[in-house]
Amino acid sequence: MPISLSAPAPVKAPAATHCPYCALQCGMNVAAGAPEEGADRTVTITPREDVPANAGGLCQKGWTAGELLTGGRRLTTPLLHGEPASWDEALDFVAARIRALQAEHGPDGVAVFGGGGLTNEKAYLLGKFARMVLRTSQIDYNGRFCMSSAAAASNRAFGMDRGLPFPITDLAAADAVLLAGGNMAETMPPFVRHLAAMRQNGGSLIVTDPRLTATARQADLHLQPTPGTDLALALGLLHLAIAEGHADEAYVAERTNGFDAVRTSVAAWWPERVERITGVPVSQMRRAVAILGNARRAVILTGRGVEQHAKGTDTVTAFINLALALGLPGRPGSGYGCVTGQGNGQGGREHGQKADQLPGYRKIDDPAAREHVARVWGIDPDDLPGPGRSAYELLDALGTAGGPRGLLLFGSNPVISAPRAGHVAERLRSLDLLVVSDLVLSETAALADVVLPSAQWAEEEGTMTNLEGRVLLRRRALPPPAGVRTDLEILQALAVRLGGPVPGGPDMARAFSTEPREVFDELRRASAGGVADYAGITYERIAAETGVFWPCPDTGHPGTPRPFLDRFATPDGRARFVPVDHRPPGEDVDEEYPLYLTTGRVLAHYQSGAQTRRIDALNAVVDETFVELHPDLAERLEAAPGQTLRVISRRGETEGVVRVNPAIRADTVFMPFHWAGANLLTNPELDPVSRMPEFKVCAVRLERVG
Amino acid sequence: MTRLVVVGNGMAGARLVNEVRARDKDIEITVFGAETWQPYNRVLLSNVVAGTMLPDQVRLLDPSWYADHGVTARPGVEVTAIDREAQVVVTADGEREPYDVLVLATGSEAVVPPVPGAGRAIAFRTLDDCQAILEAAGTARRAVVVGGGLLGIEAARGLAGRGLPVTLLHLAGHLMERQLDPEAGMVLGETLAGLGVESRTGVVVEEIVDGGVRLADGETVEADLVVLSCGVRPVTGLAVDAGLEVGRGVVVDDEMRTSDPAVYAIGECAEHRGTVYGLVAPAWEQAAVVADLLTGADKEARYHGSRLVTRLKAKSVELAAMGETHVDETSDTSAEVVRFSHRARGTYRKLVIRDGRLVGAILLGETAAVGTVTQLFDRGGPVPGDRAGLLFPGLAGAAVADSPVRMPDAAKVCQCNNVTKGQIRACWESGARDVAAVAAATRATTGCGGCLDAVEGIVGWLCEQEGVSA
Repeated sequence: MPISLSAPAPVKAPAATHCPYCALQCGMNVAAGAPEEGADRTVTITPREDVPANAGGLCQKGWTAGELLTGGRRLTTPLLHGEPASWDEALDFVAARIRALQAEHGPDGVAVFGGGGLTNEKAYLLGKFARMVLRTSQIDYNGRFCMSSAAAASNRAFGMDRGLPFPITDLAAADAVLLAGGNMAETMPPFVRHLAAMRQNGGSLIVTDPRLTATARQADLHLQPTPGTDLALALGLLHLAIAEGHADEAYVAERTNGFDAVRTSVAAWWPERVERITGVPVSQMRRAVAILGNARRAVILTGRGVEQHAKGTDTVTAFINLALALGLPGRPGSGYGCVTGQGNGQGGREHGQKADQLPGYRKIDDPAAREHVARVWGIDPDDLPGPGRSAYELLDALGTAGGPRGLLLFGSNPVISAPRAGHVAERLRSLDLLVVSDLVLSETAALADVVLPSAQWAEEEGTMTNLEGRVLLRRRALPPPAGVRTDLEILQALAVRLGGPVPGGPDMARAFSTEPREVFDELRRASAGGVADYAGITYERIAAETGVFWPCPDTGHPGTPRPFLDRFATPDGRARFVPVDHRPPGEDVDEEYPLYLTTGRVLAHYQSGAQTRRIDALNAVVDETFVELHPDLAERLEAAPGQTLRVISRRGETEGVVRVNPAIRADTVFMPFHWAGANLLTNPELDPVSRMPEFKVCAVRLERVG
Repeated sequence: MTRLVVVGNGMAGARLVNEVRARDKDIEITVFGAETWQPYNRVLLSNVVAGTMLPDQVRLLDPSWYADHGVTARPGVEVTAIDREAQVVVTADGEREPYDVLVLATGSEAVVPPVPGAGRAIAFRTLDDCQAILEAAGTARRAVVVGGGLLGIEAARGLAGRGLPVTLLHLAGHLMERQLDPEAGMVLGETLAGLGVESRTGVVVEEIVDGGVRLADGETVEADLVVLSCGVRPVTGLAVDAGLEVGRGVVVDDEMRTSDPAVYAIGECAEHRGTVYGLVAPAWEQAAVVADLLTGADKEARYHGSRLVTRLKAKSVELAAMGETHVDETSDTSAEVVRFSHRARGTYRKLVIRDGRLVGAILLGETAAVGTVTQLFDRGGPVPGDRAGLLFPGLAGAAVADSPVRMPDAAKVCQCNNVTKGQIRACWESGARDVAAVAAATRATTGCGGCLDAVEGIVGWLCEQEGVSA
């Protein structure tokens, strides 16, 4: 972007903001630099010391996040059928096509797909746009692939789903942490500082993971279960905890319901039986239980490793049951938490871009919730649609008889990130209209009829709710490049085109503000009285207090760092034990597909890689997908590091460069999902409660190429 | 509507009832149990004897389960006859219960050896037996357990854990002779000795007398509590009387049907392809098959037999045994035997491999290998070429020393920010003399912080090399 100045522009004061990537939302200062004549703009990033989550730390993703603000990799003009177009041309086209499709197929003929990286304001307004302007029930988001199992399990146990129901800094004072299926040393490295502090204080870290990950290497005890057997492991741990007298009977009596049924159900999960299913030695289970049972303060955390399964909700429930039996949740310094993944994975699941949900974590089929939200929106509650399809079901229905014919997609890249991605791409191609708002030409945007170039992170204001449930302020450090609009501006432009002016109808320009602060104030009203109550949170308070924990029902309320200390958010204030039983994965290994595939992340990349795969420094670390296998397996296949192997499942095939690593089980191979490939193979079988697909385990075979 | 009658409310019967109800809400179910207890988990009885679990912690179903699930339970009601013609079972007090489908899950009973005075001893089989053993253990000063099989050892270990000196008497030449080879049996005996269980093998019990057990050689082993664990036999009386085909157990096909298609048998009373299984896992697999067939959930469900893994459940004794454990390379050249023995540590490990597959194993003494080995045996997967790595997990992946001196320049020191030792050296060479300066220049240590010590070490070493004070 040439700027005709005779002297370099003065450096602006850096914006105290947060990282664009994961849910840790590390605090960082972003200084927009003074470009020399003819040069591109520059951005300097330094970590903030005042944000507890990272306390001065940043990983390489964070340090290099500014590269996408400056390079020429951005979209700066709308694309209509692949050709540059003006904003009016593009938006008029979209509006006309939506009208035509809805006239022919009804309101549900057009769907909306959102993302867990969108700010609270965007997520909220996207849900409002779908329900109020499109009147479609067909809206869901990629967070379904991320947090839905933990959310469902927390809701049924505690009546509330706030990722960590305690500040992250509590971890350092714990005597023991059990991390089930998480690899923060790669996914959110500064998180590990809290675990390391705990260990330095004498605490013990237990990690369960089919791989000896960078995180598991730092653990005092690593349990390495067979993929798809975490639920059995959790049941076995609870069985042992009870057998060895670690159940906190007083706590159970005072603060919970339903223990008897769970106690009886886990009697069937004696450790030797669990060992045979999981491959985790009984002796290690005993050690884990002794560590947890003897700790004064202990925390159990779950990550995607145990959650992204067709039984993810039950698996998380089993770990919550263990935490409840040990008397952890709602006690200072102890508890259960899930480690939220996406940047706004928490806020994104609270404010209405989920198929069954309205702002404030309200249920869309609850008449009182509909009444409240309709009043804030100035519409008749009867005009609100009901619940729609979950993410994979929505993608699977696209372009089919009875399914949506058009899709508006914001902040997501399902061609890479959805399970059975080859099929999903086919569904997207079958649409009559695909509109994608993104800052780069992602793999999904490349399929779109219309691509709308949108502003990103440091170019606009907004709030994010981090993994602790702390609402944070994202500040603008520099303006978006010329030609780029914010998502709020896009939604307003479409709302005005589609919804107004209707005599007596709402003023769409006002109903869809482009000013984040105004949208947030409306979100506060819409969430008021809900489970995730933001009514008392203001931009000023967030700035002054470095974040505010929800629920925060009024401006005089201090926010709620630990919501369960006195009671749980259930009607009777007690946590609920729910009996669950183990079952095998949706697809087990057999002679034709004899190996488990599990998927995950590498440190240098984030999600579908749409951002990080465009950053040179990160590509320098790793720029291609790979398949990690145990030396025994490599020996049997005569596969050497650097060779290419074909990986085949019932749903598709892909290739990967061989990495040989004794850190993985010999019956399992690992592929990262940041590149096209891994998700061509994964199993879209869904959890019956959360509708989470089974990303973390399916059956594959390997073949040598050539 | 189908009327299902189940005779036996133990591990197999209770499981079947549960599995049927989980698949079908409508089938009428009546279950008879000879014991008055709610169904309990027999596997955990040794924990009750050891005192780590209370009797009400081993139940399989809550008392309210039956009412909640519309199942008629008849605990303590003994079925004495089957009228196959009329499709009716008859109870001890003459009640007649009609069935469309009958499942026999009558289990097995303890074998009491025909020696004089056997009535002075307590068999170890039921929860009632456990209660009796516990009561006696409260006042006993010495205990004898007769029978050095799996259950006998668990009982002996449990009693020893309560502080009782225990002598374990075993007829065969070594303990658990069906599952273990002689050396493993010997190592196991030594392990038990360290836990307060003295085992004596190759001894014949002549009589149980007041105050002890008299052996064939005339010696009397003192004890005021004698526990019998001399094996079990299938309970097949009902089936024999009803004219069903009975071998060692009630003979069943792959659908678990007896010679009468309306009558099934599962669990320890059933004989499938010549085998009577005495463990829970097969019984539960069989229950699932019958539930699938009865409810139509899976009409193709069949039972094909089970691979048996014996896992001793006794505190501080880790033992897993599976498959062909008695194979000896000198007698069987088609098998490869890998063995490691370290008696002083109570360690004995043996793998038996045929055609690249694991067909048998013994793992005695704590080892993380047990999970992998069991799964290899269960699934018939290929055994890795590196047998030592299988027996000693972690051996192959042992960490390389990463002292600052020995580390190559290409080694990555800071994973989070992708910084190598070479980059830190270059940074030092251009003037950085402490961690803060290295961090400012390379970002090393600013991610998870885990490499702080390593970076300090490298900077310190470089300073030392050059005689610069750090």
